[in-house]
Amino acid sequence: MSKAINNNTENISFWYDPDKRSVMYQIGAACLFVFVAWYLVSNTMTNLEKQSIATGFGFLNTEAAFEIGESIIEYSAADRYMRALWVGFLNTLLVSFIGIILTVILGTFLGIARLSKNWLINKCAAVYIELFQDIPILLQLFFWYAFFYETLPSPRDAVNPFSGLFLCNRGLIFGIPQSHPVYKYMAIALIFAVIIIFFMKKWAKKRQDLTGKTFPVFYTSITLIIGLPFVCWLIGGAPTEMSIPVLKGFNFKGGMSISPEFAALLLGLVLYTAAFVAEVVRAGIQSVNRGQTEAAKAVGLKSGQVLNLIILPQALRVIIPPLTSQMLNLTKNSSLAVAIGYPDFVSVAGTAINQTGQAIEGVMLIMVVYLIFSLSTSVFMNWYNKKMAIVER
Amino acid sequence: METNIEIVKPPITNVGVIGWIRENLFSSPLNTVLTIIIASILWFSVIPFLQWALIDSYWLPDSNCKETNGACWSIITSNYKVILFGFYPQNILWRPITAIIMLVSLLIISRNRNWWNAYLGYSWLAGLIIMGVLLKGGILGLEAVDIEKWGGIILTLLLSVFGLTAAYPLGILLALGRQSEMPVIKTFCVFYIELIRGVPLISLLFMSSVVFPLFLPEGMSINAILRAQVAIIMFTAAYIAEVVRGGLQGMNKGQFEAADSLGLNYTQTMRLIILPQALKIVIPPSVSILISAFKDTSLVVIIGLYDLLKTTQSTLSDPKWMGFSAEAYIFIALIYFICCFFMSNYSRKLEKELDTGL
Repeated sequence: MSKAINNNTENISFWYDPDKRSVMYQIGAACLFVFVAWYLVSNTMTNLEKQSIATGFGFLNTEAAFEIGESIIEYSAADRYMRALWVGFLNTLLVSFIGIILTVILGTFLGIARLSKNWLINKCAAVYIELFQDIPILLQLFFWYAFFYETLPSPRDAVNPFSGLFLCNRGLIFGIPQSHPVYKYMAIALIFAVIIIFFMKKWAKKRQDLTGKTFPVFYTSITLIIGLPFVCWLIGGAPTEMSIPVLKGFNFKGGMSISPEFAALLLGLVLYTAAFVAEVVRAGIQSVNRGQTEAAKAVGLKSGQVLNLIILPQALRVIIPPLTSQMLNLTKNSSLAVAIGYPDFVSVAGTAINQTGQAIEGVMLIMVVYLIFSLSTSVFMNWYNKKMAIVER
Repeated sequence: METNIEIVKPPITNVGVIGWIRENLFSSPLNTVLTIIIASILWFSVIPFLQWALIDSYWLPDSNCKETNGACWSIITSNYKVILFGFYPQNILWRPITAIIMLVSLLIISRNRNWWNAYLGYSWLAGLIIMGVLLKGGILGLEAVDIEKWGGIILTLLLSVFGLTAAYPLGILLALGRQSEMPVIKTFCVFYIELIRGVPLISLLFMSSVVFPLFLPEGMSINAILRAQVAIIMFTAAYIAEVVRGGLQGMNKGQFEAADSLGLNYTQTMRLIILPQALKIVIPPSVSILISAFKDTSLVVIIGLYDLLKTTQSTLSDPKWMGFSAEAYIFIALIYFICCFFMSNYSRKLEKELDTGL
């Protein structure tokens, strides 16, 4: 359109032509950006040379030479930085994964409690939400960490409520089944059960659409999920041997332990994020019109069906987008682990920065890892929104 | 006929206190059970807590806390100056206290939307300058205090209030850039916003403390507080940009067209027509950002700045007060809670006031 105007009024000056102006602005911005980048890079290069700090990611292949407190894969100080960072990455994933599951459960309960007609439950949930939202997460982490360290006894006087479980300032230590090949097959059986359920659900829906007959999907699923691994366990000879922790010297041997750092981080993240998730859940449930419930009851659905078929699909559409952003927040906040000494990715990368001096590469790695998390979340969100848009009429 | 009508009062169990209790606590068997469970949990947790916090507790400065099972609030009464003001010279504490009172009274005045006018803007400007002079000193016969000595609540307030004030214009520019039709500028803005929003604040703080010094030419250095401030501004600006973008997208297309037909140029359209309306829509979410910025300033502990949380920890590392973390953390949690609670209440109130039902 602006071209047409140009042809008609030839006396328009160069500077007042919007098209040319916008090109000028953009060239200007790009030049400014290149200049600033060049200036910073050249400064950095001089500084690095002066301080004789190496550049590049070559350090990843050198020996890390520091221990990591806890790790779900095998690791020793003789391993390379690559391996150390991988340990940190897995720790971040672990705490975020467990944290997200617990947060969703607690947050859903709180959100429903906030809508309860019972005055006491309603007010308790309201106080909880307000209280935990308004205190910085880092302060909460410090509080729980200090709580575990100061109030719990030393391993010698560990609290032992029942056999095989100890609570002390080294964490929570409990007995687990002695490793046995049958457990691996039980895990496979569980995955198998989930796959069967997935296809069974599809089949049941198709059959219902065609014939109107319903199939007890829920009870069959529960039977499969518990039954298949159980049968597997029986076939494998039903091993019951347990690995019980015993106090040896200053610490426990055997069993499994949850460190106070991990427990404090998990507790802090879950309690904090659940307060936000509760608000999301409440808003989602409130967004479904009352008439929907009444209409569903009028066509004769049972209350379980009303929830499953009418309320949840509509509420979830409102809940899922802010919920994923809360999950992402939890993952990002797990980086505060560095403050209480849990070896997550940021903490390990921080140690690497201190040892090698290669700050730029270290911070870059941290940013890339979290960008991967947030990009994959937004890919999921786009997919979900598309899927929901098809359902919408 | 009419005389036969008898006025039947509702049964006593349906009105008044009993009615309320029946309705709200014991309306069904499930509710009764839940009420009893919750009430007993509260009874067995709140009563011992009150006993610990109020009855068995020691309040006087320098009392011997090892003797009691209760809370030791003397950690607060003995160290409140350090916790609240860090290493600020203790003989001139009236200066930060006056500055904080000024800030709080400005905030209280600004609560009332009827008073939002140019004069309030000027008084904010004047207030911020006076506060800066009071804290920094060096002129008017006031003793100069190095910024490095600012600590505790002063640092927390500095980082959050100044951070948000500086981040807001930057955020608006980024939001306008993101809506722009110029591909190069749009790309820069989208890239910046998504990059910052994708990474945790702590990575930016790391960057400010270890990478930023490398960017500067030789011989030049910027102090750690200022570097952290820059990181917080950069971080907050990206979030503000997204909020403001929401407001811009909420604008009716007719507004742009009307401005065009009046012959206003881009700057005039934005300044006179679009931004005043768009920014009004986004006031409540902006307050939420202020709340999270206020809470997020506590992260500067990790790079070793003495904000409220760090001064508390330094008190706790004194052998005399070791082991009383619960009391100290509860105290500063209370400070954070009160500030955030008033802000979030305010944001809810605004949301109701500004909601015109459209």
